[in-house]
Amino acid sequence: MKPRPFDYVRPDSVDEAVAVLAEHGEEARVLAGGQSLVAMLNLRLADPAVLVDITRIAALDEIYDLGDRIEVGAAVTQNRLLAWPRLADKLPLLAAALPFVGHFQTRNKGTVCGSVAHADPSSEIALSLAVLAGEVVLRSQRGTRVLAAAAFQKDMLTTAREPDELITAVRFPVMSGRGVAFREVARRHGDFAIIAVAALVEDKAAVRLGVGGMSGRPVVRHIATADGSAARDTIDGMALELQGYEDLHASAAMRRDLLRRLGPVVIDEAIRCAA
Amino acid sequence: MPPLVGTSTLRKEDPALLSGQGRYADDLPTAAGTLHAHVIRSPHPHADIVRIDPAEALAKDGVWAVITGEDVRKISDPFLVALKTPVHQWSLAVGRVRYVGEPVALVVAENRYLAEDAGELVQIEYRPLDAVIDPQAACAASAPVLHPEAKTNEISVRKFSYGDTKSAFERADARVALSSSFPRLSFTPMECYVVVAQYNPAERGYDVLANFQGPFSTHPVMARALRVPGPKLRLRIPPDSGGSFGIKLSVFPYIVLTAIAARITGRPVKWVEDRVEHLCAASSGPNRITEIEAAVTRDGRILGLRLDQLEDYGAFLRAPMPGPLYRMHGAVTGAYDIANVDVINRVVLTNKMPASLIRGFGGPQLYMALERLVQRIAIELGLDPLDVIRRNLVPAHKMPYRAAAGSLYDSGDYPRAVATATGGGRLDDLKRRRDAARAAGRKYGIGFAAIVEPAMSNMGYLSTLLTADARDKAGPKNGAVSMVTVNIDPLGAVSVTADCTVQGQGHETVLAQIVADQLGLKPDDINVVLEMDTAKDQWSIAAGTYSCRFTPGTAVAAHIAAGRMADKLKEIGAKQLNVLPADVELAQGKIRSRSNPDNAAPFGRVAGTSHWSPVMLPEGMAPALSETALWMPPELEPPSSDDRINTSLTYGFVFDMCGIEIDPLTYQVRVDRYVSMHDAGRILNPMIADGQMRGAFAQGIAAALYEEFTYNDEGAFLTGTFADYLVPTVSEIPAVEMLHQETPSPLTPLGAKGLAEGNCMSVPVCIANAIADALGVKDVPVPASPRRIHALLEGGGG
Amino acid sequence: MRRIAKDQRVRIRLTLNGRAAAAEAEPRLLLSDFLRHGLGATGTHVGCEHGVCGCCTVLIDGAAVRSCLTFAVQAEGCDVRTAESLAGPDGTLNPLQQAFQNHHALQCGFCTPGILMSFTDYLERNPRPSEAEIREVLSGHLCRCTGYAGIVSALLEAAGHRQSSEPRSKS
Repeated sequence: MKPRPFDYVRPDSVDEAVAVLAEHGEEARVLAGGQSLVAMLNLRLADPAVLVDITRIAALDEIYDLGDRIEVGAAVTQNRLLAWPRLADKLPLLAAALPFVGHFQTRNKGTVCGSVAHADPSSEIALSLAVLAGEVVLRSQRGTRVLAAAAFQKDMLTTAREPDELITAVRFPVMSGRGVAFREVARRHGDFAIIAVAALVEDKAAVRLGVGGMSGRPVVRHIATADGSAARDTIDGMALELQGYEDLHASAAMRRDLLRRLGPVVIDEAIRCAA
Repeated sequence: MPPLVGTSTLRKEDPALLSGQGRYADDLPTAAGTLHAHVIRSPHPHADIVRIDPAEALAKDGVWAVITGEDVRKISDPFLVALKTPVHQWSLAVGRVRYVGEPVALVVAENRYLAEDAGELVQIEYRPLDAVIDPQAACAASAPVLHPEAKTNEISVRKFSYGDTKSAFERADARVALSSSFPRLSFTPMECYVVVAQYNPAERGYDVLANFQGPFSTHPVMARALRVPGPKLRLRIPPDSGGSFGIKLSVFPYIVLTAIAARITGRPVKWVEDRVEHLCAASSGPNRITEIEAAVTRDGRILGLRLDQLEDYGAFLRAPMPGPLYRMHGAVTGAYDIANVDVINRVVLTNKMPASLIRGFGGPQLYMALERLVQRIAIELGLDPLDVIRRNLVPAHKMPYRAAAGSLYDSGDYPRAVATATGGGRLDDLKRRRDAARAAGRKYGIGFAAIVEPAMSNMGYLSTLLTADARDKAGPKNGAVSMVTVNIDPLGAVSVTADCTVQGQGHETVLAQIVADQLGLKPDDINVVLEMDTAKDQWSIAAGTYSCRFTPGTAVAAHIAAGRMADKLKEIGAKQLNVLPADVELAQGKIRSRSNPDNAAPFGRVAGTSHWSPVMLPEGMAPALSETALWMPPELEPPSSDDRINTSLTYGFVFDMCGIEIDPLTYQVRVDRYVSMHDAGRILNPMIADGQMRGAFAQGIAAALYEEFTYNDEGAFLTGTFADYLVPTVSEIPAVEMLHQETPSPLTPLGAKGLAEGNCMSVPVCIANAIADALGVKDVPVPASPRRIHALLEGGGG
Repeated sequence: MRRIAKDQRVRIRLTLNGRAAAAEAEPRLLLSDFLRHGLGATGTHVGCEHGVCGCCTVLIDGAAVRSCLTFAVQAEGCDVRTAESLAGPDGTLNPLQQAFQNHHALQCGFCTPGILMSFTDYLERNPRPSEAEIREVLSGHLCRCTGYAGIVSALLEAAGHRQSSEPRSKS
């Protein structure tokens, strides 16, 4: 299928980009990696009047080590971040999660920020951002604002981004030395996850458990780990509360059971990783 | 020089394909002014077409035409179908739509992008009707009827009885019964349909390029639809095709549609199908529900079988349907020696995409029922499933074996194949793995499947669908012709043309091996051109590539043609070398005396004689060097008056065994070990044979675990992109140990049988049997997705 | 800032297989269509147009990407490489291509150019990958004909391994 017609704009700077967004608002879509957006355009599921290609804005193609956070610019591809020499040390959760994002070929073009902007419920990067309690940097002609992940991620394919805003970067808090684990269940390697589970050790008695694919946006809970069976009960309760949803590849009941089974396993792996 | 046939000669096709120099249908140049078509398709599973208003679309710059069913009905006839029922299908919907994706109108514009834009502007008003999706529901009296003139959706019911099933069931120690279901899926090739059509008003004829695979019995169907005699539909097949697996038979309605578009617009028209259209409307294998029952002795010997097969063909029967229901018919008893069998074959229509040719073609559906039943017999009688298989296999001494329903199994040693496959520690290893897994509390199961794989269809098999009286009236149908021509040019270069279509099976290479062997040359010396042109090439209704006809058919014709050419060259050479023809051999590019090899002449020079110096030829020999062989094996007889039919020429044997485990965390089925034993007679090129088997194996895994066309109860199509229709990647295909046995076929000079469909037939049921063993269940839903496994384990709806 | 209106056709210049190439494009023209029909480079194939099958994979500035998910205008000024660039000027297959022939890693050949380009990129980054790494990258491609075993064997040869762990066919 071929896309519907659109105007194409390729700004050279962030200022130019936000000016175009201010001019066109909801009629414009930002084109970064395009691995989600162009597929939707080809299927005529999306219909922007203007595409704003930000991939050649040099300022957005940077990874900055801010000390306590790593800032990833909007043009940075997933493979570029995966190949970043300090990734395993500073952001071990992303090092674990990124290999599950699509395929090598799609990661060559798909961007880290694009995944966060797209907000698919089972997105591994969005889940990681939520578990790490990261931030999203938004620029518009009105100024800059930084939103915490929890405020930015609202629902399935829905974020707090205003139509005239451009995500210029996401920031992941550094978690050196913390135990992490990541697992997902998908029908085929590289497919959208039916469920994705991430764990980050907080301290000897607790982990942060993040779940993607159970509801519209990633869910993160604090799980006390001193007592294994209590932890399992908490996860059971989480499954019941989140309910999960029904689609072609999994029933809601199956999602809940997957969470019940995987949750303790992922927590265990994170704790052993920390040891 | 050792013969090439039987060696893993590297493929002649590869260098071009590896360099991006393949010539697929959409790669070939088109005439200036070629327009592009886009099909508007029904969003409803069942609806009346109230009104089509193309005005807004036609007003767009660059849009040439919007063609509707009414336009098509004026200048074309409905497609002929084997089953005579008042079910009419044209290349566009006429008056009513009957499946999501059915072509309703064709937009023709300067380019595809514009055509799609214009397509959105065509106003179509529908009046939705109730739809029926489930085949059993479609048989009910209350079901919406798809074709009112037919009065029912169950458009064919045929009963067959062989031997004395009644007595068999009366004297049995036990009866074992099973309900089996095979899903609807396709082997979607990576290249979709492509058609480029032109109409020449001066000749009143059509000239079409399309990646059509055959059988060419469809050519008259298309010509009749277009209301022209055969020569006025010139059909050309491109040099390369991106896979077919049976699917590219069903491009034929689009050939007719695009041809009509060329006629209406007066310009060449090109249509390139895209993946979304392909998934919802190209073609599908039929889904089937089978009730099967065996009469057995207490030690597991099957005395009689009853099958009731309900097969769902979607909204229309297209030629040559209901093929899958009848292709296996003569071999309905599979690999087992069973003299008494009753079969009821039912064809039902539903509001889904029409089903058609697909690799496996009825085998997967049959064996899902038969091999599941064999496992059930073992379970219910407390026997080892392998013992039940062994007890019932056709023994070697009965070969060639006439099966109850008419198939003539040409050769084979099934028990030895099973012994080899289970030997060497393999079965012991499987059992060890199973025992260890179960001891650790994990769900592990072992499955078996023993199947007979037919190849090269008897063109009369479909007529079994008709009663004997109807067959007599229509005249008997049978046989299958293969045609190959070997030419040698004035400089001694060898060319071969053949009646198969290229889809990637390495035909060019294997034909080169066969001809090179006969002529004492190398594969590089043999130029094989397989681009068929119905106006100029030799073809019969059997031409094309389907039902694995290449190896027992076209390859044999090549062997015969090259053999005759060799004989002729030996006579010519004998005169030149001054020896007797019996003393002449063709070897290493020379024609020489066997007893005195120094008495030799180059191949090219001897061959050239025939062109340049006919006076030097032996007395009475015709000049020029062109041999055409027609190979028509006599075993492909018409159905007998008591409905026995030898549905295919050769019958290979496949025995599979596997161990699977259910992942304790994710409900996924993991194949732990898979062994597949094949006996396909003589192997012409082991590397190519291995490739075919592994391709079929992957497709079998796909059917067992991943692929299904899914509709909801209202008829909406849910698996519309490659994100939802799950073609397996390398990560999903387990390792398989392939074993071989060669029991040559006595029915062809090469002794080789077709072998590319076997694992499509055996893998789904072998895996289903293993899952049944792992979970201790009787009904295994296929594909056995994690969702379905979860439902089995945890209860509740899946 | 580059601005192209939706019904405007511009001349897009890029480097294709080492040579300057140019043709007209409107903004929505897919790179796959631009290469095949604008520039006549039909070695790149189209299998799905939604980024799953991998048939359309080409190199843009050295990285393997889906040309069906790229607009021609996005490739302006870039270095694009397709399967037509792999063989030598006299048609000699390069080691990767030869490995594919040796191991029967293709049948119909439709998915093959995309796989070759993926691994032309990947083997450049990781010249000696493990079998697991090879399978991971190969999972970005669908093949209907081969069942993948021959492709894995070919890639192992190209990556300098001597034999694959996959049991080969035997009598």
